[in-house]
Amino acid sequence: MSTVHIPFLQTGSLAVGGRLLEDDDRSVQSHADRPSSLTKGHRACQGCAEALAARWVMDTAVEAAGGKLVVANATGCLEVFSTLYPESAWKPPWIHSLFANAAAVATGIAAALHAQGRDDVRVLAQGGDGGTVDIGLAAVSGMFERNDDVLYVCYDNQGYMNTGVQRSSATPASARTATTPAVGHQPGAPVGQGKSMPKIAMAHEIPYVATATAADLRDLEHKVRTAMSIHGARYLHVLVPCPVGWGSAASESISLSRAAVQSGIFPVIEARAGELTDVQPIRELADVEDYLRPQARFAHLFKPGGEVALERWRELARANIRRYHLMGERS
Amino acid sequence: MREVLEGSMAVARTVARCRPGVVCAYPISPQTHIVEALSVMARTGELADCEYVNVESEFSAMSVSIGASAAGSRAYTATASQGLLYMAEAVYNAAGMGLPIVMTVANRAIGAPINIWNDHSDAMAMRDSGWLQLFAADNQEAADLHVIAFAAAEELGMPAMVCMDGFVLTHASDVVELATAEQIDAFLPPYRPTQALDIDHPTTIGTMAGPESFTETKYLQHLRFLDAAEVIEAWSDRFRQEFGREAGGLVARYHPDTLDRDREAPPADPEDLTVVAMGSVIGTLQAALAPLRADGVPVRLVGISAFRPFPERALRAALGGSRHVVVIDRALELGSGGVLTGCVGRALAGTRSRIHSVVAGLGGRPILEASLRDAVMRARAGGMRSLEFLDLKQGGVPVPRVGATEVAR
Repeated sequence: MSTVHIPFLQTGSLAVGGRLLEDDDRSVQSHADRPSSLTKGHRACQGCAEALAARWVMDTAVEAAGGKLVVANATGCLEVFSTLYPESAWKPPWIHSLFANAAAVATGIAAALHAQGRDDVRVLAQGGDGGTVDIGLAAVSGMFERNDDVLYVCYDNQGYMNTGVQRSSATPASARTATTPAVGHQPGAPVGQGKSMPKIAMAHEIPYVATATAADLRDLEHKVRTAMSIHGARYLHVLVPCPVGWGSAASESISLSRAAVQSGIFPVIEARAGELTDVQPIRELADVEDYLRPQARFAHLFKPGGEVALERWRELARANIRRYHLMGERS
Repeated sequence: MREVLEGSMAVARTVARCRPGVVCAYPISPQTHIVEALSVMARTGELADCEYVNVESEFSAMSVSIGASAAGSRAYTATASQGLLYMAEAVYNAAGMGLPIVMTVANRAIGAPINIWNDHSDAMAMRDSGWLQLFAADNQEAADLHVIAFAAAEELGMPAMVCMDGFVLTHASDVVELATAEQIDAFLPPYRPTQALDIDHPTTIGTMAGPESFTETKYLQHLRFLDAAEVIEAWSDRFRQEFGREAGGLVARYHPDTLDRDREAPPADPEDLTVVAMGSVIGTLQAALAPLRADGVPVRLVGISAFRPFPERALRAALGGSRHVVVIDRALELGSGGVLTGCVGRALAGTRSRIHSVVAGLGGRPILEASLRDAVMRARAGGMRSLEFLDLKQGGVPVPRVGATEVAR
């Protein structure tokens, strides 16, 4: 009979529940009376990391705002699976207008609340990568540049999953999508490395920019809380694996998120006013293949001819580790 | 107080006195003077308790207005031409969500070819967006219409465009008497949204409606749009009673002899030739038709004040079976004729009226009194086709020979 080593991790960032901790030290999610802002009954796919991350983000934001939170949502999976009339899975006041305008709608809400003298009510905007880095980029950039009092959260699953997994400008090179098929001499997405929205946000020198994943609840909650403690334009970028779009098992969304961070592919950072202020060091360096292999969208990388693209992934991970000092001690 | 003001300034001051909570600005000619004036008032305090937001596009101007209106504030913006088209998606969205935003459209042509001058192509492109569309004949009415627009829009839960001819009105100085802040406070009820993003009463706005409910949603929007005619009339009547001058309404009637605006004017006679028009060309028509009336030519003038909802019943009543109807159209339905003509034709379906469409003033082409008189006389004499382009330079512009285009191979 084999034995399995189970680490006893009830403290630290790997502990999701933290039920042995003092009440104040627990995560929002570990409380029975958590807000459950995105409540049960919605139609998200099994293993959807966006649904998970959105609930975590929203619950933390609602709590940080003392329950006074208004949400603007871009068109996309998150909107479609949560609000098919006459049902809604959202508890906070929530509005969906269009695909490209969540940031601008949020600006309007914030402006109206300020004019009404209701600065105690906070505003959160959210969308997927398509609504943020592609079609909504101008509105997001405008909101950043004006330093409007909005926390914008992008749930990045690296493609247009709601419309059937097409390429977005956040899709990394070599990924197979419905519009970058894995055929021909250069299979998958032919160019780029996925537009880096966190860097674009930092270039606006807004008060706060952070990245996070669904693999690290406490880090995610910490970043939402930090963001909510600041007034002005704030940006949070969350990597959210999509089993349907990535061709991964529904059970692997968390482990893939972790592999993305531990391999150096997805740096988890914080920045203030354009300056990098914190980087989450890699705990135990993972091979990029730990991230790539479980995803069918990268299957061609492991067939003859895939070596060049695979090597590019290794280069990307090395470059991130170097640029962000991911193997160093936490500053 | 009567004063000489540029049209844009008259509008800006009136809008400020309507106490919007959020004003969005993105520049586009010929609307810019309005938001420029509002930016000054936002800083001097004349526009108090208001957030003035400089946005990065018209799409965001309308989107910020949507957010502001949904959060319970009175929202205002202004645009024109390409800007209106650039925000088109959000324009429809605001109407679908029932948000009573008021927007000035300084009417301007749509390219290509790019053209900054006046016609009605921009507003006509949004005619099915679900917005009220109120057209101003002069600067006084342009200013007054904003008060009526806020009142009607907010009662209906429906956005409203106030359309004023770009440059012809926006940049022209005229004698106006603006409604004072006190008068507007007494006239215009505070904005009380029917639904809002309220932390005490959380609601979800903007859900997805599937095939099982979309038709019904649109049908309800249609019914509400039908109610709009009555609401616009009621607020316009109230405005006349309070301010002692005509503004808005559905259809403007004009006295048969003086050609002045006259709500008591009788319907046209079947023997009359009636000119139907919208916007500032009404002023030109008043001047152009006066000599004809003086000569005993039976010609009448009817103005469209509300283009949306289109006042079919009020128009039929004003036309009174007029045998010849000449529609002056400043927007073109390519391959068909004037846009306004199409609406007039639908209103007159089954009647004996013969409709002539005169497309005039596209892209800022001046509409000359003499040309209008000539068109009217020819229509009376039966010498006019059903569609004409006023003052078209036949052969005056180079036209490529059909079929003679050579392709280098």
